[in-house]
Amino acid sequence: MAAILGISAFYHDSAAALLVDGEIIAAAQEERFTRQKHTPDYPRQAIDYCLAEAGLKMADLDQVVFYDKPFLKFERLLETYASFAPRGFASFRKAVPVWIKDKLFQKTHLLEELNQHDGGMDGKTELLFSEHHLSHAASAFYPSPFDEALVLTLDGVGERATTAVFLGKGNQLTPLREINFPHSLGLLYSAFTYYLGFKVNSGEYKIMGLAPYGEPRFVDLILDKLVDLKPDGSFRLDQRYFNYATGLTMTNRRFADLFGQPRREPETEDLAQFHMDMAASVQAVTERIVLALVQDLAREFDTRNLCLAGGVALNCVANGKVLRDGAFDRIWIQPASGDAGCALGAAQVAWHMEQDQPRLPQADRPGGDGMKGSYLGPEFEQADIETRLRAAGAEFHVLAPAALSDRAATDLAEGKAVGWFQGRMEFGPRALGGRSILGDPRSPTMQKTLNLKVKYRESFRPFAPSVLKERVSEYFDLNEPSPYMLIVADVQKARRKQMSEADQALFGIDKLNVQRSDIPAITHVDYSARVQSVDHETNPRYHDLISRFEEKTGCAVLINTSFNVRGEPIVCTPEDAFHCFMGTDMDTLAVGNCYLVKGEQDPALAEDYTSKYALD
Amino acid sequence: MSILIELVHFLVARKKYWLWPMLIALILIGGLIVLTQGSAIAPFIYTVF
Repeated sequence: MAAILGISAFYHDSAAALLVDGEIIAAAQEERFTRQKHTPDYPRQAIDYCLAEAGLKMADLDQVVFYDKPFLKFERLLETYASFAPRGFASFRKAVPVWIKDKLFQKTHLLEELNQHDGGMDGKTELLFSEHHLSHAASAFYPSPFDEALVLTLDGVGERATTAVFLGKGNQLTPLREINFPHSLGLLYSAFTYYLGFKVNSGEYKIMGLAPYGEPRFVDLILDKLVDLKPDGSFRLDQRYFNYATGLTMTNRRFADLFGQPRREPETEDLAQFHMDMAASVQAVTERIVLALVQDLAREFDTRNLCLAGGVALNCVANGKVLRDGAFDRIWIQPASGDAGCALGAAQVAWHMEQDQPRLPQADRPGGDGMKGSYLGPEFEQADIETRLRAAGAEFHVLAPAALSDRAATDLAEGKAVGWFQGRMEFGPRALGGRSILGDPRSPTMQKTLNLKVKYRESFRPFAPSVLKERVSEYFDLNEPSPYMLIVADVQKARRKQMSEADQALFGIDKLNVQRSDIPAITHVDYSARVQSVDHETNPRYHDLISRFEEKTGCAVLINTSFNVRGEPIVCTPEDAFHCFMGTDMDTLAVGNCYLVKGEQDPALAEDYTSKYALD
Repeated sequence: MSILIELVHFLVARKKYWLWPMLIALILIGGLIVLTQGSAIAPFIYTVF
């Protein structure tokens, strides 16, 4: 038996993943355990969980693999300061102590931490370091259903690369090309996220959700001044407008002057049409760059399969355009495309490339790939759930699985918001029916209700649909599964509602109040939806719930949003779920076979969730 | 000490000889900064470094 632990840590989205003989046994983000969103801490609890899931101890591991190479990053740091000097002294003064005191010693820190788990490492356990974009690429290629594929990774920055292309063939990944810091599509998007008053590394989704409310009227200006985009998709960012390479902010005054407005004040300043137009513009530029990169790869190489990873690959609107563009016949996207997924990729690099172990066919596995539906986190036995809920003070009914699904489907059909906590927790940022809050997509008021009373988040933010895999094309303009909610597709034309002239003339947030289809709660203002197709093979219980909802209502779609409030990591344990349930306007909660009704709970257990977590 | 040896090996392997003077100056300056302040916390909005 060969056991390999992958670790991503010390920057953001710390995580751990465990392979045993190449099989993904477990993977989880540390934030779910510590309850600190995007935590950069050493993933102690995630590692403990992974080891427990496999029944192993630290000493049983053959290799531990860190997801990037600190010295290469340090080299880039020095070269950046040298090339920008004397600009950047303020940043230099802050960064150097951090490196000298801490980050250069990551190997020592890792060894110290690893040795604190359950007896520590065995003397023969190796500690290895993979490269950041190779880790991303491995996480995208090895679990994919393809024997051969091009792999495109796009993110903020790793050691040096910000964009990389690999050829995946058999058990090997061969680097083909890369774009280096400071020219970064991820950092361009983050710069706009910062300028629009959202949190970098967290609010990028909001920009994507805000974009359809605006007009992309700044595209030409961005491409003229900020981004030099070549026909092959390669690009350079004019650093005179940015501050991330040498300063402590993402953009500078020249950037604000270019667009004629100062940076939006986070949380306090209302979103205006200008901000929506900026969001629409950077989204359009991102799509243009991604499409140019992908089309050039399709022209140059014979491979018809494409894998995507890196934070930018979570831009499901761009992914949908890549799919519909048709340059590649098939695409597969790693569900944990952010840095958390690098923990998995790093372990796979060690197994396939370092140990030269063969890659087994993935396409015939449940769900059609090696990710097991991305349900790779903790799950809880029924007896354990009952003990935990009782200890938390919850009142519940224990129902048979079929009866519980039927009860939940009935409640959903009556317009209730239902917490759904079943099986293993998802790996990656999306809730896929393991830790979800569900609602009826036919309700015209559900989008607003869920945003404001359950999620405590901005009213403009859209919700995603879960649809039975076999019904996807009846509801959406999509002819293939989208199991990880990473593809945006339009709602089928036949389901859309005719707009009146007055409706069509609406601008900005006013568009939100118009019903656009027979499933309005998941139809965004541009008729798009971030689709999750639910596969009976990987999540039979969720599939059964939607099927029962369809029997009662004729609708094979549910609203699926992550089980958390704004700023909170997705719930991990039954207690987390109960506390979130009690802190919001959720009506009922299903945890395993336990069914909880809000009206039956002790009101004294309700806590104020509106300000419990720092806003993201 | 082992970290310095590893750094030397790294720079030799990468053939980044022009970084030597900068690295030495940096270790001196950095060491001074570390010694003269209480904590070293990354202040960056984006964790580029």
